[in-house]
Amino acid sequence: MGKLFAVVVAIIALVSAALFASHIWWLPVDISAHGHAIDRQLSETMVTSGALFVLSQLALAVFAWRYGDRRDGRQVKTFPGGATSMVVFATVLVGAEILALTFVGSKVWAGIYQTPPDPNSLQIDVQSEQFAFYFRYPGPDGKFGATHPELINEASENYFGLDPANDISARDDIVVPTLTIPVNRPISLNLRAKDVGHSFYVPELRIQQDFVPGLAIPLHFTATQTGKHEIVCTQLCGLGHYNMRAYVEVMSQEQFDQWLKDKAAQQ
Amino acid sequence: MQTHYAWIIGTVVLVASAVAAHGGPPASAGTVSGKVTYTGTPPKMKPIDMAKEPNCAKEHATAPVLTENVVTGPGSSLRWVVVYISAGDQGSTPGTETVRLDQKACQYIPHVLVVQPNQPLDIYNNDPHSHNIHPLAKVNPEWNRSQPAGAPPIHTKWELPEFIPVKCNVHPWMHGWHVVLNTSHYAVTGEDGSFSLSGLPPGKYTVTAWQEQFGTQTQDVTISGTESKTVDFVFKARPY
Repeated sequence: MGKLFAVVVAIIALVSAALFASHIWWLPVDISAHGHAIDRQLSETMVTSGALFVLSQLALAVFAWRYGDRRDGRQVKTFPGGATSMVVFATVLVGAEILALTFVGSKVWAGIYQTPPDPNSLQIDVQSEQFAFYFRYPGPDGKFGATHPELINEASENYFGLDPANDISARDDIVVPTLTIPVNRPISLNLRAKDVGHSFYVPELRIQQDFVPGLAIPLHFTATQTGKHEIVCTQLCGLGHYNMRAYVEVMSQEQFDQWLKDKAAQQ
Repeated sequence: MQTHYAWIIGTVVLVASAVAAHGGPPASAGTVSGKVTYTGTPPKMKPIDMAKEPNCAKEHATAPVLTENVVTGPGSSLRWVVVYISAGDQGSTPGTETVRLDQKACQYIPHVLVVQPNQPLDIYNNDPHSHNIHPLAKVNPEWNRSQPAGAPPIHTKWELPEFIPVKCNVHPWMHGWHVVLNTSHYAVTGEDGSFSLSGLPPGKYTVTAWQEQFGTQTQDVTISGTESKTVDFVFKARPY
């Protein structure tokens, strides 16, 4: 029985590692300027933690093979230094690995999330609510109208709580349910939540950021390829969470300019 | 013998009165009809982008659905205005017919429905995906229910008079109204803004017109015999 267990453990460990190593199930294509750093960090994490995983599982298999079928009940005292030193050794090894990954990973994360956006980036306001995303562009005047949560009214498509009756800059604001952006231009998002916590996740952009009610959270990135990809909410936000999604459509600068012009004409 | 006839006549009169009092057709009934229009500049009816729900976006790809909070028509007419007898009501009959609300291609059809207290209301989901209907009632109990694709209709009713905004928790653009009225004398204006309230026994009435964004207006009208009276309502529209 011990030998069978050892074989099964070894097979599971090696097959799992092979699946990850061969990238059969891996991240989708990266369409962001910063994504290579995330991908490298993820690969390093997978290699180091994967190596430890395989080693520990093989060690488990060896011990199960060697000692699993003993019937005499004698205590095994062959491990050098005893069990305590083994536990200390394993704890230090795993702890050092986690610390190293944390320090290196934090640097990569901060390089993306903690850096200021490009001053020429395109500003887009994002409103999340149960269970949809809405995106606001400043319109031809280049100014966002002020938001007033008490004026939010879905029936008239006033998802941001604008006050066009009294605020001229709000009248030309463009509000759409699809994040439409030009390729190779820095984008700066301002994330707000109307009701509960949500999350903005686009795997292809290697971006995932929570919305927090009451906070305006900045997020910036540059898309490097045209195409259409799904934006999904990855914070369980209520009954309709499964259906909380939108799309990001990356187009050429010319197409984007025309799109913006068409939308402005509809206001 | 004369006493005998008097009894028969008296009984007939009493029965006739009782029938009339319990909803039988009144001996004479008038009609109030008219049109609801606006002055000024109404808000634009904006196209609704349903990109989040590809099924619905596809359904409306050629002709996008427009916002329905203010629906205007030819001749400055206003659609979806509820016109009803708000005071002096008589001759009303209880609502017994089942009223139907459809959720189709991510729209509430009709946008505004009127029921009477305890009138059966059936809510259908005709779409190949879930909806979550959420009437934001204040006087009646508020509720919300998820209705997956292919689910049976929701059988419900409202007990108390109220103007209830209704939204879908999954599709923020879906918006409608359930109007619960204590009268069977009501009408919802169509594309031409016209309405007609018939079967009104002689009497003095207050007629109210309600529009979801512009509020209410009232007018008094007196009906004698079978006459038809015209009552028009004009709302002052604002662009925002």
